Amino acid sequence: MAIVGTGTVLLKAVGPVLLGGRSLPPQLAGLVEMLAPALLAALVVTQAVAGDRNLVFDERLLGLLAAAVAIRLRAPLLAVVVIAAAITALARLL
Amino acid sequence: MSTAASIVMSATTFAGSAQFAAVSILGAGGSVAAACTAALLLNARYVPIGISVAPVIEGGVLRRLLAAQLVVDESWAMSRRPDGRHDAGLLLGAGTLLYVCWVCGTALGAFGGSALGDPESLGLDAAFPALFLALLVPQVRSQRAAYAAVTGALIAFLLIPVSAPGVPIMAASAACLFGWRRARVPPGRSWRSSERARSC
Repeated sequence: MAIVGTGTVLLKAVGPVLLGGRSLPPQLAGLVEMLAPALLAALVVTQAVAGDRNLVFDERLLGLLAAAVAIRLRAPLLAVVVIAAAITALARLL
Repeated sequence: MSTAASIVMSATTFAGSAQFAAVSILGAGGSVAAACTAALLLNARYVPIGISVAPVIEGGVLRRLLAAQLVVDESWAMSRRPDGRHDAGLLLGAGTLLYVCWVCGTALGAFGGSALGDPESLGLDAAFPALFLALLVPQVRSQRAAYAAVTGALIAFLLIPVSAPGVPIMAASAACLFGWRRARVPPGRSWRSSERARSC
């Protein structure tokens, strides 16, 4: 686990230590700007349907659907997260 | 995993998904090497994430090295401003708060976690995709961002069954290339004006 700790520290440090404080050239900045939607969308998918090297479609999806409705209704961030957990828990109870 | 080991891991590997992946592999009887590989692959996303926050992390090398450790998915996503830059105060403030809560929470869980019951029965595993969805929606302001998001999601979805944990997220970052060539100088317009037009 020491390897993971050290490795994570180094991975996190690469960008800020090498580039720190400087802005990226505009062409690269345009690319990096698109990283956020791409990575966030991938995080949504992996957190919602990833199992142990397989796709798992379970009650999490109902929670995510409820979250989508809450976001659409402009609910605050905390409410969105709580609603998703509550709906998922409820679905598992039933 | 022992009580002390899990607290030390939270303090040094401040990245929940990598920790969950490593612990679940160990719990399922996987090797330490497999657990470490998965965790490091998952955390490889901090290279592109680090590059995107680099412009607002200032100071000497040591300060930048330490500040970089406070960057996690949540602090990174929350500190992103509409213009694409990051709010340094929010990035480091949220990061510090998350770090303290994370290490304390790990200690609490390690000592008295069994009293909580199964986190899945509380629906806590659905809180994470919901959080990331809530953070994603405001990022999708242009058609190009929508393409990047859909492509990233699709790449992750297709790779989940066939690759190690972490690979799908890492590979999805390639979706930022979407529309890059198109985004460069369209004939007769300067890069700057086309960028402004697109960001509207």
